[in-house]
Amino acid sequence: MPAFSPAEYSAILLSLKVSLVATLISLPFGFLAAYFLSYGRFRGRLALDVLVNLPLTLPPVVIGYLLLILLGRYGWLGRTLGSLGVTVLFTWKAAVIATAVVGFPLMVRAIRVGMEAIDPRLIQASRALGAGPVDCLLTVILPLSARGLVAGSVLMFARGLGEFGATIIVAGNIPGVTQTIPLAIYDYASSPGGDPMALALCLVSIVLSVAVLLIHEQLGRRMTRLD
Amino acid sequence: MELRLATHKQFGAFSLDLDLVIQGEACGIFGPSGSGKSTLVSLVSGLLRPDRGRITLDGMPLFDSGSHIDVPPDRRRIGIVFQQPSLFPHLSVRGNLLYGLKRCAPEHRRIELDSLVRVLQLEPLLERGVNNLSGGERQRVAIGRAVLSNPRLLLMDEPLSALDDHLRFQIISHLKAVCREFRIPFLFISHSMLEMRLMTDQVIALAGGRVAAQTTTERLARERMGLSPVGYINLLRLEDMRLEGGASVYRWAGGELVLPGGEREASGGLFELSSKDIILFKRHPEAISARNLLACTVVTLFESGSRMGVELASGGGRLIAEIVPAAARDLEIVPGSTLFAAIKASAFRRLAVPEPGAALPEPEPAG
Repeated sequence: MPAFSPAEYSAILLSLKVSLVATLISLPFGFLAAYFLSYGRFRGRLALDVLVNLPLTLPPVVIGYLLLILLGRYGWLGRTLGSLGVTVLFTWKAAVIATAVVGFPLMVRAIRVGMEAIDPRLIQASRALGAGPVDCLLTVILPLSARGLVAGSVLMFARGLGEFGATIIVAGNIPGVTQTIPLAIYDYASSPGGDPMALALCLVSIVLSVAVLLIHEQLGRRMTRLD
Repeated sequence: MELRLATHKQFGAFSLDLDLVIQGEACGIFGPSGSGKSTLVSLVSGLLRPDRGRITLDGMPLFDSGSHIDVPPDRRRIGIVFQQPSLFPHLSVRGNLLYGLKRCAPEHRRIELDSLVRVLQLEPLLERGVNNLSGGERQRVAIGRAVLSNPRLLLMDEPLSALDDHLRFQIISHLKAVCREFRIPFLFISHSMLEMRLMTDQVIALAGGRVAAQTTTERLARERMGLSPVGYINLLRLEDMRLEGGASVYRWAGGELVLPGGEREASGGLFELSSKDIILFKRHPEAISARNLLACTVVTLFESGSRMGVELASGGGRLIAEIVPAAARDLEIVPGSTLFAAIKASAFRRLAVPEPGAALPEPEPAG
């Protein structure tokens, strides 16, 4: 097995960092989106459903390209951020945004599965006991969605570690700056003599994925015991 | 309490049209499943919105489609006890009990945790999780939680249906005890005539989404005697059991009654006796295998379907027997006539064993 250089270590760390930050930022939005999709009775619910799930079926490259336009110098979001002195494109922040958008539907789906399994009588009981909609959301739906929140976070984190298509477009493939594990593998795989390094990074990917799944399993078991 | 309801609600082909006024401290809502009982609970509590109409509680509008009033469920101060306890699984018994109390404005707080825990005997459960309580314990906690929210009105939606017989009567005692102790007006929803009679003396019968009758529970029970496969259920409180010649002899308001021996677990309790299990004789039968023979006076006769109900007085006790109209003619039974009622020892069925400290469910007096 070849020895990793600082560039590979930084790719591994960056992958973990991008995925973790993207997951944490998405968590509150994912919870709210799941809530509105599960319990909301409003016009445009279907539109929200489609919008949230679109990244699941859209090619990541398309998402990356749309984000590139949106966040670019002439995009409306890029312009606003630019006037505040914030550059997003081709930094690790762009990788976080790409990862968050691509993984969001997975997170929302997992949270919804947990949320829709809540006995509706519990929600009715809480309302009849004097809890308003927000109170009920925070004191009944949120704690009872814990399992879904964990599942959604793990799923999104694992998916984020592998994000490639959208990231390479908005963040580029700059070693030490925006190069995550998949991008590094891509580099090595397309350069002569890079196979050992590509395989070594693949091994790292596999180890990380297995670790995440084991942690998920362990958490799930502990939560079942608590029930 | 005064609840007025004039609402319309459509569900596909089923429509619920209610127009009723409920006054007093307790009222039953009786009807078969699908008659609209649970929908009524949802409409009054605000969990379901009527298509149109008006609901007021003590003069205060809860819903009015005319002036676009729809008070949300959390501001109606109406407590609900569901068929399933529906306790919050992530909270302890104490957490569940306090959920409603914490959200009750201080000026409405009359009932506090301590007194409730005493009445419902919840002390040993307080710190436990709700997932390892027994069915009866869960329902007691659910009742306590609803009562502690200090509601203006308590809705009990088939609260006993998920419990077995033995627990049902225990829970009835608890329900009656809290409602009496804390003076909470309640609506008791059930499809069981027996539960209804133990809980309330006023009742509204629903059928097919309409009010079929607003009457007393006793009158409804008598009207249904001829339709019911079990007839009219007489509720008897028997006390001071003693064993005599292998049989158990109990004291009853109408005289002594003989039941099969071998029951030694309690010296008394509440027993049921079907109107079908009483045989009437014009004169004293000389030899008869039935162990109980009571000399009775006929109080009234009433018709129910193809049957005739005979209300009998024996000492301070009342019984209802059913006969076919032809038998009433042949025996020339009229109010005031004297009859002998024969009852087999095995015809009685125990409903509830009195628990130390808990009152037996008291049958509501005949109306």
